Formats: sequence, C-alpha cells, structure tokens
Amino acid sequence: MEEIVLNPGDTAWMLISTGLVTLMIPGLALFYGGMVRVKSVLNMMMMSFGALAIVFVLWIAYGFSMVFGDSVGGKGLVGDIGEFLFLNGLDNSSSLIGTIPAVVFIAFQGIFAAITVALISGSIADRAKFGAWMVFAGIWATLVYFPVAHWVFAFDEFVAKTGGWIANDLGALDFAGGTAVHINAGAAGLALALILGKRIGFGRVPMRPHSLPLVMLGAALLWFGWFGFNAGSAVASNGTAGLALLNTIGATTAAVLAWLLVEKIRDGHATSLGAASGVVAGLVAITPACAAVDASGALIIGAVAGVLCALSVGLKFKFGYDDSLDVVAVHLVGGIVGTIMIGFVGVEVGLFNGGGTDQLVKQAIGAGAVLAYSFIATLIIGKIIDLTIGFRISGDQETAGIDVAVHAERAYELTDNSQGSVLAHSKGA
Amino acid sequence: MKLITAILKPFKLDEVKDALQAAGINGMTVSEASGFGRQRGHTEVYRGAEYTVDLVPKVRLEVLVNDADVESALELIVKAASTGSIGDGKVWTTSVEQVIRVRTGERGSDAI
Repeated sequence: MEEIVLNPGDTAWMLISTGLVTLMIPGLALFYGGMVRVKSVLNMMMMSFGALAIVFVLWIAYGFSMVFGDSVGGKGLVGDIGEFLFLNGLDNSSSLIGTIPAVVFIAFQGIFAAITVALISGSIADRAKFGAWMVFAGIWATLVYFPVAHWVFAFDEFVAKTGGWIANDLGALDFAGGTAVHINAGAAGLALALILGKRIGFGRVPMRPHSLPLVMLGAALLWFGWFGFNAGSAVASNGTAGLALLNTIGATTAAVLAWLLVEKIRDGHATSLGAASGVVAGLVAITPACAAVDASGALIIGAVAGVLCALSVGLKFKFGYDDSLDVVAVHLVGGIVGTIMIGFVGVEVGLFNGGGTDQLVKQAIGAGAVLAYSFIATLIIGKIIDLTIGFRISGDQETAGIDVAVHAERAYELTDNSQGSVLAHSKGA
Repeated sequence: MKLITAILKPFKLDEVKDALQAAGINGMTVSEASGFGRQRGHTEVYRGAEYTVDLVPKVRLEVLVNDADVESALELIVKAASTGSIGDGKVWTTSVEQVIRVRTGERGSDAI
C-alpha cells in the first residue's frame, strides 16, 4: 500500500476553506438579522453566534467522533462516540486525514455542524427564549446532525473503516451537504416553527425587513464563504475543487435571474430581497451537486431552484405556519431540488445523460430519509423543550421586542436624545 | 401673534425656508412627519408578501409670526410649496397667547 503523505497544496486550501466557512456564520447572522424588525435583530444574530459556540465545543468533545468514528455495529447509522472522544489521538500536528492534517479536517467539518444548526434559527425569529435555543442547538446537533452527517459524509476507509449508510450502502451523491445540511435544517425549521407557533400578528401586521443592505451584505458574505463550503468539500486543491467553485457561481447567478423573473411576473417588481434570496437558493441547490454536474447542469439546477424557491415562500401563509425567514422555502426546497436534480443532470449518472433512473431513485431515498428523520426528531426535541423549560418568550416580551426583553440591549441608537441615568457600573470585581 | 403650521412635501422644504428667510422671517421649527390626506400611500413587496403603507412622509414646519406678517408669510409658503399635484400639503394658523424668549425673558412680539 502506498504511503499517504501530507500535501501542502491541499493543506493550504483546506486552511483557507475553514476560514471561508467560518465567515458564513456572520454572513448568515447579517442575512437573517437584516430581515427581521428593528426590535429583534440582535437576537436573530445571537442565535447564529450562539449555535457556533455550543456546537463547536460539542464537536470537539464528541461530535467529530459521532460523525467520523467507526460506524457502530457496522450499520452506518452513527459513529463510535468513544473512538475520538475529545479528538483522542488526532489533536496533534502529525496525524493525517486524507492528505491534510487531521486537525484541519476536524476544524473544517466542525463549522459545517454549526452552520446547519444556525440555519434553523430563521424559522423561529422574534420569539424563542435564548436559553431554550442554546439547549435545543446542543441536543439537535447531538441527536440529529451528528448521526445524519455520519450517514452522508463518513466514507468507508477515509477516517474510520466503516462509514455511513447513505454515502456507502445507498450510494446517493451529496458532495457538500444538500441532505445533511440543507434538507436537514429545512425540515427541522419546519418542525420548530410548528412547535413554537405563529408570532403575534403573523399575517396581519406588516413584518418588514428592517435593513435590506444588511441582507445583501449577508448574502454576499455567505456566497464568499460558500466557496470554502463547496470547493473545500473536495478536501483537496485540485480540479474537483475548481469544478465545484465554477458551478457554485454558475448556479447562483442563474438562481438570481430566475427568482427575479418570478417576482417581476408575479409581483411586478424585481426586489433586492429577491436577489439576495436567489443567491442563497442557488448556493443551497448546487451544494450537493457541485462536483456531479457540468457547467450547464449547474445553470439548470440554479434556475430550477430559483423558480421553485421563489414560488414556495407563499406556502407558509397558505398553510398557516410561521417559518419567519423562509428556511423551508429556501433550504428545504433548495436542498431537495439540488439533491434530486443530480438524478437528472448528473454527469454520466443522470437520467438526461443516459444514466437511467438508478441514481435518481438513490437521490430520492437519501433526501426522503434525512427529511423524515430530521422532521420527526425535531418535533420530539422541540416539544420536550417546550414542555419543560418553555421555548417561547411571553407575549408582552414579544410585543416589546426580544432584544430588550431577553438580551437587555438595543441594536441601534440613532438619535442623541436618549433619556435615563446610569443604574450601576460594571458589576465585575 | 400666530403660529403657522405647514405640512409640506419634504423636497419643497428648502424653497419654503429660503422664501421665508428672504422675507425676514428668521426662525422656524421643522420636524419629520407622516400622514395622509387625499394622497394615499404605496405598496411594498417582500418575498411576494404585499404590504400597503398608508402614511406618506412629510415635513412639518412651524413658524411664529406677528399678526401683521401672517398674510404675507402664508402667501410665501403656499407659493413656494406648490407643485399643483395632490399631496402638496396644508397650512393653517392658530392664535398664540404668549411667547417668551428663554435666554432674555422677553415676551410677546419682542420674543418673535
């Protein structure tokens, strides 16, 4: 067997990619934060930062082991939590995973877990107790993300001997997380929106985005960070990473055009929120497919996602669930589009490329399994949290605004007319 | 003494202010306001959800004048603020009992 040695090019690219995916957290915080009203922008951003903090700590403790440890009983359902507990044996400068230092791979994959959890927060804007959210983030990462990421991302013989069932037994293609990240977060967002219920005034009171420039900036940072997410998922500095990068731009630009076209025809105006939403819809949809399609395939996936996601944002009003920032319409629908479309336009494997229906069926099974598991598990976790510590703030707090009620802060001080006096200086020693 | 209150289109404020200053009226208070009369609001669309915004942004101009100057001031304001289209605003007067300049304690017309 050929000896595996460290490749400096791969290592450099993965170090950069880890930085890029970490930038997606503030990107998401701005994207979501700009979309809520002025009284809840800080809470919205805090849910992303909080998710990163708790999930990454758990990742080091046992998350990495649950995802990339040897599959328990060889069943492909979850990795052995004991194998790399606290990164046992890997947190040094000489261990390798693939051709890069193990620690780089661990850091890169840890941010994926954090982003997935942060994505869910968009469905429960303005109304969730921060403590309950943090508890949820930890439990959900443990019981949903870590097992599902094992199913999808743990390939046999890469980190451990046996990996997850979707990647190895089923053989569904998901390059960077259309199922494990986006369908997973989207289904969880739907479940959590159902558990928490509608915001006061949902559908009656205008809930306009308080800052569209923040939304645009957030979308742009997400896009930039997504190069690390998708092209970094090659875990190498090579042509696959390059293809993923090109497709990430192609699909995203096609999705922007498609979303704006739907808006122009349906609403009469092409909006900046539509452009920002199209960016994210395209990024989501190309995530699973970015290394499985050619450039025209990426354009098709982006365009289909742009249209279907733009049409899906109205569903919450029709069915009466308050998925506040459209996690379902963008991430669940976008994730499904990208995952399924591999079965149509995937190079060699797609139905349109002479691959028959084999891959299409595999893709559908993978997408359906993640959707069903995430939705049901999230309903149970959310309900238990709601019944024990309570998930929602009080009606008075919600009306007054969650930023002041929960965090004792206000996002903006736009005049110098503030009244009041100092009650206490720093309570520190 | 009268208080003239004028609700104006925001972009007309400078012309009104300049006209009043040229006529020797050197004090005024301006605030941002919103409301509606015959001119109605507009609609906004966010991810396909349409909202109507009833209130139109305006500026509210307040000027204290002596009785002798009221008519000419009103004329200047109306002339400078007019565009001829719906939404130009309204101007009205109210009688003022007393005015005091805080710095000096002067009262009545001396304080204007």
